[in-house]
Amino acid sequence: MPAFHSTETYIASRDLEVAVNAAVTLERPLLVKGEPGTGKTMLAHEVAAALGHPLIEWHIKSTTKAQQGLYEYDAVSRLRDGQLGDARVHDIANYIVRGKLWDAFDAEAPVVVLIDEIDKADIEFPNDLLLELDRMEFFVYETRQTVIARRRPIVIITSNNEKELPDAFLRRCFFHYIRFPDRPTMEKIVQAHYPDLRHDLAREAMNVFFQIRDVPGLKKKPATSELLDWLKLLMVEDMPAETLRTKDTHLVIPPLHGALLKNEQDVHLFERIAFLARRGGG
Amino acid sequence: MFPTFLLSLKQAGLPVSVTEYLTLMGAMKAGVAGYSVEDFYYLSRSCLVKDERHLDRFDRVFGTCFKGLESAEGIEARELPEDWLRKLVEKLLSPEEMEEIKALGGFDAIMERLRELLAEQKGRHQGGSKWIGTAGTSPFGGYGYNPEGVRIGQKESRHRRAVKVWDKRDFRDLDGDVELGTRNFRVALRRLRRFARQGAPTELDIPDTVRATANNAGMLDLKLVAERHNTVKLLLFLDIGGSMDEHVKVCEELFSACRTEFKHLEYFYFHNYPYEKVWKDNRRRYEKTIPTWEVLRTYGPDYRLIFVGDAAMSPYEITTAGGSVEHWNEESGRVWLDRMTSHYRRAAWLNPTPANSWEFVQSISITRQLMERRMFPLTLAGIDEMTRELSR
Repeated sequence: MPAFHSTETYIASRDLEVAVNAAVTLERPLLVKGEPGTGKTMLAHEVAAALGHPLIEWHIKSTTKAQQGLYEYDAVSRLRDGQLGDARVHDIANYIVRGKLWDAFDAEAPVVVLIDEIDKADIEFPNDLLLELDRMEFFVYETRQTVIARRRPIVIITSNNEKELPDAFLRRCFFHYIRFPDRPTMEKIVQAHYPDLRHDLAREAMNVFFQIRDVPGLKKKPATSELLDWLKLLMVEDMPAETLRTKDTHLVIPPLHGALLKNEQDVHLFERIAFLARRGGG
Repeated sequence: MFPTFLLSLKQAGLPVSVTEYLTLMGAMKAGVAGYSVEDFYYLSRSCLVKDERHLDRFDRVFGTCFKGLESAEGIEARELPEDWLRKLVEKLLSPEEMEEIKALGGFDAIMERLRELLAEQKGRHQGGSKWIGTAGTSPFGGYGYNPEGVRIGQKESRHRRAVKVWDKRDFRDLDGDVELGTRNFRVALRRLRRFARQGAPTELDIPDTVRATANNAGMLDLKLVAERHNTVKLLLFLDIGGSMDEHVKVCEELFSACRTEFKHLEYFYFHNYPYEKVWKDNRRRYEKTIPTWEVLRTYGPDYRLIFVGDAAMSPYEITTAGGSVEHWNEESGRVWLDRMTSHYRRAAWLNPTPANSWEFVQSISITRQLMERRMFPLTLAGIDEMTRELSR
């Protein structure tokens, strides 16, 4: 079986590789947590690409029910068809709508299933999927049929920590917490995404970026995805590296800061600190 | 060796079970970790730890178990009781300080010494120059004057692996997952719930559908309603530090219970009495405060307001401007309390001290008067009474 490694576009730390490979080998779900913007969702795409499997994405919303991932019985269309005298109405199977997990269980070749942002759903959601993810099978009451996975899919679950997940659910998963990358790793990540980025610009941008992350009291610290967006903007604008370089060690507001700071309180805070720094320094 | 490891983890308070252990064994057998210790560390972490808050505890146990450090009962001693560290102040190691530490034989040596101390030490310690605690000159602990100080319980891990991570243990913010005893609180708080239908109509309203279909001469006419949600909104103001230290446990339980029971819950911390500013993060209570006015503006009168505090202080802290022990307050505590209780009609004060002692403390009597007697003891019965009061 091919193992998962860092790719040209996705830099995975060694511990992440071990976690993914353990989950793949033992066919258990992998739960991934971490700061927003550290590439949790990207991981599933990369794992699918690395192993050469198709990816089935199931994005969770606050109204998503566990049952919707398995199947739904469309009673309303059946009732309507019944009133219109449609012949289809006699077979209940016509009104069973398959969910994402059914698709995944039914696939001939192994697939990667991404259950994205599981914490968005109702608090009971993970509990309702316990057996399905453990045994990779479920029962369709309407047609008295048991759907069993032909090949156990690789399940990757992401969470943003908005809700606690139940212990019974956690016990069945491998867990990995993506830490915020340190500077060398970050340089590798940037290199992987923008191989033709000028070195001086990358270095200065990185300085500014880590400086911003160190500002105490930011509501949303910029993460990897913000840095990549910002670098892209800098490249498009063809910004010279000098504009980022500060003459003294104090902070200044970086150009195009909108890509890094995502709410007005943070921008405001930053402006205030920069102002104080200027006044103190000059 | 491995079963010992599992047991040590269990003793250190990690929620590991046989299932996870078997998973780990399975993964080992499948050769996921190969023969590298580092990979084994990653693998076992991924199998056995299910919450990033436990990572650090795991690292410590891993460190002792696989360093040949005999400490069957030592693990428990290593679990730093948070009251040792409660007085911790921010003191992060700067590069210069790291240099200075070399004077003491280098960082590793200091960590080694720290580990020995942790194994030896049994109780809270204050002052002195050897033990870990507060206000001393020992290199370990908080509030100290030794430049080589190792700050126990810091915000982020600087040294990522195994025994060098002595981190994240400071409970300065109330820990939201004290499970023990929260169930009773939750049940008591449940009385506060108010259900209402809100949001997008997604549920079939059967009586209405039947009626509409009948009206429609038998042709189906679906009627939907929104789901029922708990719509009670709660503002929690928690007194922290000082005399509240001895009540931390019960406050944590209450806080955990509230957090799981209410969707619309906002909490703020204050010290002794609510004044013009409050904060949400105790580690940064000086840099990151929120004006109380802003709270009043942001959260409408439909919120229910609960103060949690012992209200034991000098009466001047309530009645006079500038009476606060910590800063110069332009307006007295009583003005602020009045302002808040008049904005939030449904308000109550939970007091962790026993109710029969209230009348002997002047500040409690004043507060109770200001709260129009809506002060309740922080016990099950008290919460029960409070919910009844707040449901009116």
